[in-house]
Amino acid sequence: MMEIGLNHYLALSAILFAIGLVGVMRRKNLLLLFLATEILLNSVNIAFAAISHYYGDLTGQMFAFFVIAIAASEVAVGLGLLIVWHKRHGNIDLDKMSTMKG
Amino acid sequence: MFEAIAFYLFAFLTISMFYIAVTTSQALYALSALAAGMMFISAFFFILGADFLGAVQIIVYSGAVMALYAFGMMFFDTTREVKEKQSNKMIIVGLSLLSAFLVVVIFAAPLVSSNITALYPIVEGAGNTQEVGMVLFTKYLVPFEVAAIMLLVAMISGIVLAGKKMDLSLTLMSDAQVEEFRDEQNKKVLL
Repeated sequence: MMEIGLNHYLALSAILFAIGLVGVMRRKNLLLLFLATEILLNSVNIAFAAISHYYGDLTGQMFAFFVIAIAASEVAVGLGLLIVWHKRHGNIDLDKMSTMKG
Repeated sequence: MFEAIAFYLFAFLTISMFYIAVTTSQALYALSALAAGMMFISAFFFILGADFLGAVQIIVYSGAVMALYAFGMMFFDTTREVKEKQSNKMIIVGLSLLSAFLVVVIFAAPLVSSNITALYPIVEGAGNTQEVGMVLFTKYLVPFEVAAIMLLVAMISGIVLAGKKMDLSLTLMSDAQVEEFRDEQNKKVLL
């Protein structure tokens, strides 16, 4: 119990990923949905760093860096698109975006 | 001993912060709780000896990404309470099944890969930042450059979508309006 192993970090990563999934499922405001996706990306980063540490391999940390870079560009593009949508429709609710619903 | 205490403390803090970020109905609370959770996650990176990753986490997430979200919140009317989806039975069932599957996979993965050997072993006598640089600029040079180009593209798209001329947007105008706008611009350039 006192010795922290790889499984501890992986379990923490799984818990955080589940929290992020709950957020993605129940949020209706698109800005808060973006916040939930950040939680998903961060939980995966923890798992990468832990595996990198416990196997003595730096590849995990490299992938964590690329995940951070992708998250940063995702936020920039996503917020730009959100601003365009908000200027046009005046809201960012997910339910009102279903224009292609059959 | 200290590692265990730090791990459990920061695990508790991170989980509670992210739980607040997901469940609260105030957008401002969600944002600040998420920023705090990002800070606590960088503590895990420091515990794991990935110092450079921890510093990047603080700078990029708690600095840049949170500032972007704060700017985004100024555009949107987020002061009112956020309405939530009515929870669906199917979603709950699917989520719990997915989470259980995820936990099983996570605990089976170290068993399957127990005979794995390090492809880029950690160099003795070098700091974490030095090691990261050595691997990043040899094996991962091409992905690094591609990531740089992707960030440039994201920056340009952000400027185009949300930049100057906030009262009109090229993506929203009809084709005739765009033509008119372009002619106006050309006239300005010629004058």
